[in-house]
Amino acid sequence: MSEYQWPDPATRPLLGKRISRVDGPVKVAGRAKYTYDYNPAGLLAGKILGCPYAHARITSIDTSAAEKMPGVKAVKIIQTPGTEIFWAGDEVVGVAAVDEQTAEDAIRAIKVQYEVLPHFVSDAEPPNNVGSEGGPISRDDFEDMEDNQVPDEQVIAAIKKNGISFKPDDKYLKATQESGVDPKVVEALRNAKYAEGKAATSPYKKTAVQKQGDPDKTFASAAAVVEGLYGASCITHCCLETHGAASEWTGDKDLVVHISTQNLSGIAPQMAEPIGIPAGNIQVLQQYVGGGFGSKFSVDRWGITSAQLSKAAGGKPVKIMLERAAEQEVAGMRPSDFARVKVAADKDGKLVAWESRSWGTGGIGGGGTPPLPYIFEVPNQRKQNVAIATNQGSARAWRAPNHPQAAVITMGAIEDLAAKLNMDPYDVISRNLELTGTRSRIYRDELPIAAELMEWKKNWHPRGDKTPAPVKHGLGLSLHTWGGRGHNSDCDLTIHPDGSVEIKMATQDLGTGCRTVITIVAADTLGIPIDNIKLLIGDSRYPVSGGSGGSTTTGGVSSSTRRAAVDARNQLFAAVAPALKAKPEELEAVNATVRVKSDPNRSLSWKEACSKIGAMPLTIRGKNPDKAKPPDLTNSGVGGVQMADVSVDTETGIVRVNKMVAVQDCGLVIDVKTAESQVLGALIMGISYALYEEKILDPVTGRMLNPNMEFYRLAGIADIGELKVHMMTGKGYDERGVIGLAEPPVVSPGAAISNAVANAIGVRVPFLPLTPDRVLEALGGEPG
Amino acid sequence: MKDDDARNPEPGSGVTRRDFMKISGIGVAVPLLVGPTVVNAAGEDVTIHGPGKVPVELTVNGKKLSAQLEPRVTLLDALRDNFNLTGAKRVCDRGVCGACTVLMDGKAVYACAVLAVDAQGNKITTIEGLTEGDALTPVMQAFVDHDAQQCGFCTPGFIVATTRFLEQHPNPTAEDVRHGLSGNFCRCGTYDGIRAVALANKQEGRAS
Repeated sequence: MSEYQWPDPATRPLLGKRISRVDGPVKVAGRAKYTYDYNPAGLLAGKILGCPYAHARITSIDTSAAEKMPGVKAVKIIQTPGTEIFWAGDEVVGVAAVDEQTAEDAIRAIKVQYEVLPHFVSDAEPPNNVGSEGGPISRDDFEDMEDNQVPDEQVIAAIKKNGISFKPDDKYLKATQESGVDPKVVEALRNAKYAEGKAATSPYKKTAVQKQGDPDKTFASAAAVVEGLYGASCITHCCLETHGAASEWTGDKDLVVHISTQNLSGIAPQMAEPIGIPAGNIQVLQQYVGGGFGSKFSVDRWGITSAQLSKAAGGKPVKIMLERAAEQEVAGMRPSDFARVKVAADKDGKLVAWESRSWGTGGIGGGGTPPLPYIFEVPNQRKQNVAIATNQGSARAWRAPNHPQAAVITMGAIEDLAAKLNMDPYDVISRNLELTGTRSRIYRDELPIAAELMEWKKNWHPRGDKTPAPVKHGLGLSLHTWGGRGHNSDCDLTIHPDGSVEIKMATQDLGTGCRTVITIVAADTLGIPIDNIKLLIGDSRYPVSGGSGGSTTTGGVSSSTRRAAVDARNQLFAAVAPALKAKPEELEAVNATVRVKSDPNRSLSWKEACSKIGAMPLTIRGKNPDKAKPPDLTNSGVGGVQMADVSVDTETGIVRVNKMVAVQDCGLVIDVKTAESQVLGALIMGISYALYEEKILDPVTGRMLNPNMEFYRLAGIADIGELKVHMMTGKGYDERGVIGLAEPPVVSPGAAISNAVANAIGVRVPFLPLTPDRVLEALGGEPG
Repeated sequence: MKDDDARNPEPGSGVTRRDFMKISGIGVAVPLLVGPTVVNAAGEDVTIHGPGKVPVELTVNGKKLSAQLEPRVTLLDALRDNFNLTGAKRVCDRGVCGACTVLMDGKAVYACAVLAVDAQGNKITTIEGLTEGDALTPVMQAFVDHDAQQCGFCTPGFIVATTRFLEQHPNPTAEDVRHGLSGNFCRCGTYDGIRAVALANKQEGRAS
């Protein structure tokens, strides 16, 4: 066994246990400092004036009155006259002033005139026969295809046939290849014909029909066929800490940026060109971040603007944090996806054919393409997607991009098919697990555990609660998957001669437990207590680690930390061996001692041992991936099962979640406590988007009607019901290596709850959120 | 100037409703230093501060803190921007989410929905004022033990709210918790842990 391999359960004192997050105390005491809390003497307040129209062209900007106001230190025009604006709230002018009140007054004093242009914000079902079939492929389209694992030959064929509407530079192509895209696809991109984006005459962009097998013939001969309508509306990220940054020039060409980000190491490279200084002169800092969920990877215009305003104000720190309304309108959105689905099974409930026509919007760039049918590789398929370009702030990655929508659509259709067959959906899903490929083993393990926690067989009833009371009760389930392979990560681990240990990494902890995971892995490997380790993150001058997206962080940082700690331990053993009259390979680091494995009495305390390294500290760089130091410590491809128990009041349309069960795999669990918190949080976020959340756009003004938190409703503590989480651990799971966890458990709640509601009331409520009006409308067709 | 005259009425000098509207209107950027005045408007005695910056003295965590603030400045912004007490957060900025919860004379309030000038004379306790040194309160420790936090942005508000809730409900039922802590929102989804804190805290959960 390689020495880097994750240790066996018997020899890992901390790994896989329940450990409280290491930054818990500082957070509960209110001492954790977020970007929003950065408040140095002389701080200037930055504010942004956004465009009030969903589609317009700037005709003139007059900032003279604002510039003359006492207390205003800098004004920066972000988008100049002549520029076309494609969504309301897009940034036009920034100001910096001595305090927020003055900055607000200055914003009001700016006069911008617009030529208002027609807007389009509807993501209703596209009329038939619309859309530019086979138009040029946008960057979003391309990345969607890759995210959804469209076969390489299909991607290449589409690029050759249609051309691309973006110009990938060498940097982009290199990054694309590094992210795991096949070199042949990258080559096709490099050689692709550039074609101007589609004309703005139609907001609908249709993908080519994808077909496999013979769906028509199969539908004609299948034992059961159902057709239905399913989907999920646009929602926002609604990070509690809004997006923002505080920039400060510490020299003519030296910039320090505090930013609320998921991508600490990736910010300086984004700023170098627009700011005009080398990336190495930009130091990026962040200790704590108040939520990101996929929306905080970019430096964004406000980040650039804060640096420009600071420059104009003589280098003084300028902090711009978005107002809540801007946060909701422009800083984060999950695309909608809806579909008309036809699905067929044989008499045993085996899925034989799938047909879907899906549509949705992700803002002006179109929308995501849900991977349909989700998880189940149905043999005969036909599917087509229409992306709708709408005038609203662009979609950003929202936990498990496209998966929650695909799950609602697919699991809903399968549940309806089971009802038609008079079968328990649990049985239908169980009979189709071979269609899930390599993950079928995981689902097979998980389904009975979930069923037991939910008492499924006892509590499930056929579709439609037949009891006379108006409150109906039902159960639903859903399955999900995600990749979650660890990202690139460098870690510097230093052992000091006094026995203290320090780790440096330019990563971030979104509240997922990143700090805790790094500390556990290092302490476990070195055989010392967690408190012995000083962890330094949140500074771009530390070794580069990837952005926290796609559940890649835990796998990445734990792998680089493990390699650094093993190498550091070996060097320590080499330094200590003579004193213990042993060979380095005969030593072990356990219980804060370094000792001879075969004769534990020959030992030195950790502190004594470290004194043997000499006068200078010992620093080791660990990396992920690192082919020279096998094995691969991280892996990809998790499985999860969730079940929901709901009550639906058929008189008011109100849905309540009574209980949810989540059974989740993520390979080797480093900290059971924070892992469970991730899953619990995902269930709650899922209840929230299943029942309450919706970004509502006004067709008349093109603006978001609920850019706040009273009408954009999040679930509260009263809404969550009983929650049960079971993490898969032990044999079959531990040896897979570490896999990220943030995305997968948020995929299924919407689907499971939607299915439970259908089971309760006997009809499908097509779209999330399952608001009372939608429930009552679905019930409207039923007598009584 | 008529406006200046109107801005300096003697208490009870019979400022008309129309004058009141003028006085309280913003955008009259004239530096001025006056104390608050009381006028009768719509049958009520109304204290008028400003316009412009006025001296404000707050009692926060047992200390007297003073600053020159515009009357429109909220208690939350004064605490954060002027006194660097950044534990309370501005999230919704309109009295919905509870991230800015502080205690005012022992009662939990949304600091974004109280003007700093109106908080004068009240005892304000922020999250920072619940602890002395590094020791955590039992409620804080319970949040750590139950992992009732993720990103931590809503956590200070939740801790202040939970502290007050447990003072009022030392032995809460699940229903008490649903109602009593529904004034705070979390985005990461930490309610399960918070519910466990509130329900487990029956014995040890006396707030400091």
